[in-house]
Amino acid sequence: MNGTNEFYHSVKLNQSLCKGCINCIKRCPTQAIRVRGGKAVIINEFCIDCGECIRICPYHAKQATFDDLSVLDRFAYTVALPAPSLYAQFNHLDDINIVLRGLLAMGFDAVYEVSSAAEQISEMARHYVEEHRDKAPFINSACPTVVRLIRVRFPSLIPNLLPFAAPMDLAARQAREKAMAETGLPSEKIGIIFIGPCPAKVTAVKSPIGHGKSDVDAVLAIRDVYPRLLPYMKESASDITELATSGRIGVGWGNSGGEAGGMLTDSYLAADGIENVIRVLEDLEDERFSDLEFVELNACSGGCVGGVLTVENPYVAQAKLKRLCKYLPVSRHHLGGTYEQNAFLESSVEYKPVFRLGTNFAESLDKMAQIERLCEIFPGLDCGSCGAPTCKALAEDIVRGDASEQDCIALRREYRETMVRFSEAEKEES
Amino acid sequence: MSDKITLRYTVTTEDFTRAGEASGDVKRKLKKMNVSPAAIRKVAIAMYEGEINMVIHANGGEITVEITQNDITMTLADHGPGMQDVEKCMQAGYSTAPDNIRSLGFGAGMGLPNMKKNSDEMTIETKPGVGTTVVMKVLIES
Repeated sequence: MNGTNEFYHSVKLNQSLCKGCINCIKRCPTQAIRVRGGKAVIINEFCIDCGECIRICPYHAKQATFDDLSVLDRFAYTVALPAPSLYAQFNHLDDINIVLRGLLAMGFDAVYEVSSAAEQISEMARHYVEEHRDKAPFINSACPTVVRLIRVRFPSLIPNLLPFAAPMDLAARQAREKAMAETGLPSEKIGIIFIGPCPAKVTAVKSPIGHGKSDVDAVLAIRDVYPRLLPYMKESASDITELATSGRIGVGWGNSGGEAGGMLTDSYLAADGIENVIRVLEDLEDERFSDLEFVELNACSGGCVGGVLTVENPYVAQAKLKRLCKYLPVSRHHLGGTYEQNAFLESSVEYKPVFRLGTNFAESLDKMAQIERLCEIFPGLDCGSCGAPTCKALAEDIVRGDASEQDCIALRREYRETMVRFSEAEKEES
Repeated sequence: MSDKITLRYTVTTEDFTRAGEASGDVKRKLKKMNVSPAAIRKVAIAMYEGEINMVIHANGGEITVEITQNDITMTLADHGPGMQDVEKCMQAGYSTAPDNIRSLGFGAGMGLPNMKKNSDEMTIETKPGVGTTVVMKVLIES
């Protein structure tokens, strides 16, 4: 899978459920969806797997791809990688160990907290920013949707991305090494299984950016794991085994502002929700901020706790995670100013100019001129009846050769009325 | 084949949060047109600064953007108070913005220097009491 499809997507359409309404085309932040032939079509190159269409679709036709719990049977030894957002799903939870012991009771052979890797990245990022102050502001690289958005729409900000792998990937590498050392099993017998909040993480595993192959073997949805895990948590609540290895900084990553909090600086902003993220990126590109060290961007409202595969309301989840953090030590990792070499991305993010109209400037210029002309004759209602989200998007589709002027119902009506008038005038004459 | 596009914008002062709409639109269009990210960034920054200036100092005005094979030319014309001393206005940190504008985070005296820095050519025509026209050119192959 890796490298073979750089625009792999975990957000898919169930054709039979789609009614061809315009909800998703209107909601999509990159205008990646059209309705054609009565069904939604996702334009692969434009999609950034944010999951907004999954949220908005009233018919549940947009679905996320992830693995089934039966994937555990495929491996001799399985390690659960719980995202911090998992901890935020439970009522009255005051000890993360209960979740971790529950995962073991549920059938995993080991657990490795993603928050543990997050905490290491926080420490390395602090150090890195300190060493590269002239290149500030730095943008977090943990949200796969944000990274994908930047690579197609904000190329001038690529150098601002922190060069670190996401905590999920670092945790997976460390968990695999640890499992191999402890069990003596070969790598392929070990299943590293991430329990995550969003389809974008599935995409990050299947089609990684910045490194060749993800160490994650499967991704489970928090909403799938949650109901099965609950009874095991109750069972193991009285146990006293200590499994948790991360502090407030690592666990805090689940909330918007958590990663920024781990930077231990006041010179940051944290934006969440894809529309807000886009606004911040536009402003960053225009250099409208000064003196910012760190910019934390999360595509989902509330941060990872707002992922489309979670259970709890994101803001309730935020409150729960904050409460959990209250009793944790600040950090349980101390790298002493050194870098974990496998925490760095192997290659830098590459600009993918998917929105270009032509293959060269002259062609693009001509097409843009055509779009301008088309926009003048379209009604500007952005009604969506043509299947494109806006009149401008339809104009682009037309010059790209994917739609025709006759797709516009207003133009079609005008055309029909002209024809009627014409034939009536003919009748009168005869 | 068209070899030139002309885009026209009216900058109003009714709502200063709308400053940036025109430069944002140009930026989004250029991103679809095989222009290098570096050139786009220059256009976006130079034009945004100019737009803000028109809002702060000149009661708005008109912007015309011409995109050709070789360059992007932005003409920002206003009927504002004009500049008494252009050289002074070009100095970093010099500003005539009133306090209420400064309290919004504008008026740091970096507008014109930033416009100059981000354009390959810039000319200013100004007449006190009549208005100012700034023409900025950014080369496509820069």
